[in-house]
Amino acid sequence: MLGGYVASILAAGWITLSLALVSLLLAVLIGIAAALAKLSHSRTLRIIAGTYTSLVRGIPDLVMMLLVFYSLPAILNQKAQDLGWNVYIEFSPFVAGAATLGLIFGAYMTETFRGALMNIPKGQLEAAQAYGLTRFRIFWRILLPQMARLALPGFTNNWLVLAKATALVSLLGLPDVMFRAKGAAEATAQPFTFYLLAGGFYLAITAISLFALSLVARRYEVGVKELAR
Amino acid sequence: MSWDVIADNLGLYAEGAKLTLFLTVASLAIAFLLSMPLALGRNSHNAVLRHAIGAYTVVFRGTPLLVQLFLIYYGLAQFSAIRESILWPCLSSPLVCVIATFVLNTTAYTTEIFAGALRHLPPGEVEAARAYGMSPFTRARRILMPAMLTRSLALYGNETVMMLHATSLASTVTLLEVTGVARNITLNYYIMFEPYVTAAAIYLVMTLTLVLLFQLAQARWAGYLQARLG
Repeated sequence: MLGGYVASILAAGWITLSLALVSLLLAVLIGIAAALAKLSHSRTLRIIAGTYTSLVRGIPDLVMMLLVFYSLPAILNQKAQDLGWNVYIEFSPFVAGAATLGLIFGAYMTETFRGALMNIPKGQLEAAQAYGLTRFRIFWRILLPQMARLALPGFTNNWLVLAKATALVSLLGLPDVMFRAKGAAEATAQPFTFYLLAGGFYLAITAISLFALSLVARRYEVGVKELAR
Repeated sequence: MSWDVIADNLGLYAEGAKLTLFLTVASLAIAFLLSMPLALGRNSHNAVLRHAIGAYTVVFRGTPLLVQLFLIYYGLAQFSAIRESILWPCLSSPLVCVIATFVLNTTAYTTEIFAGALRHLPPGEVEAARAYGMSPFTRARRILMPAMLTRSLALYGNETVMMLHATSLASTVTLLEVTGVARNITLNYYIMFEPYVTAAAIYLVMTLTLVLLFQLAQARWAGYLQARLG
């Protein structure tokens, strides 16, 4: 009987993982865009990106999630009603969760990527410009590959925090690992056992990610070590 | 817009903000005292001690705070030995569980921050202290601790902000701190926008204040590290 609960918790691992990966993708895209904005010549872009990162980092994850899940649809529906539109907007927990986590970790990724971009030697950019590469090519061929290497430690850290933060979306009702563990805990009166199992799941994600990303780091550092010698 | 509801309930927000600050300060203060000896132990020559503390920080840094909170608040009731012990009135209180969880969690992060700073200490400073004949205790008090604390000030500042934000989870176990108050107002008045925006603004002000305090602290106590870099 308990085996059924264990299976349902572990099966929900896919929901947790897909939520984490979708959020990560969003966060990386937002992070790259905001990092480029922060380093751009345009004052407006710099101010927008700066406001975004400090605003997001000043508000707790949970409050941000409640804002996106409850407050945002409320204000949108209010506006739609004022305009006389007959629509009702509602976000699913998955969409709200992924959007929130993408927004929050986008801000952390921005700082990681900005630091990495700033550490790329300036001469490389000048050389690329001298070769007449277009701005997109410079980004794609010169900036992005090196940024990936320099940003890897910060990226690893952000990913680990993000994977754990997905547990909060269970509070919105997404049937993820944490949600199933709560269900099993309440049904069997064995909360310790099932929350411990959920904890073990997140710990396993952390351990596997650390191992996999250390392999990636080794791969990226191959050329650097040879040059240093 | 129903901002008048917020204006009528500002007293509740003030109570909530008090509890949020209390949870943050209490957890950080206890964790600070625990982390200093643990950080020394994390770098000790005794392999058992080193790995035991390492295992503790890995477990508490590798699992979500929400899981830890539920494990302690709901999970402990599973064991009749705990339910029947004299400590149960204390252990069944949400406030005690919340602070215990926050302390266990933030101590793990703080220990690693302090231990990392200790590892970056130039060996010459410790050797000099030894050459002066300082006892291990004097060495820890005069050399290791000050160096460790000043060097980790920036990272520790981030951790305090994380802790402030983490207190919002206390609302999930019935405590009425800022997030809990906001949630109650949404349920009582059936408005979804204003209460959470107000809560977010309160956290924003608290965070900015904390960041400012740490910048001042850094200028005051870690200035010598800056000068060396320049």
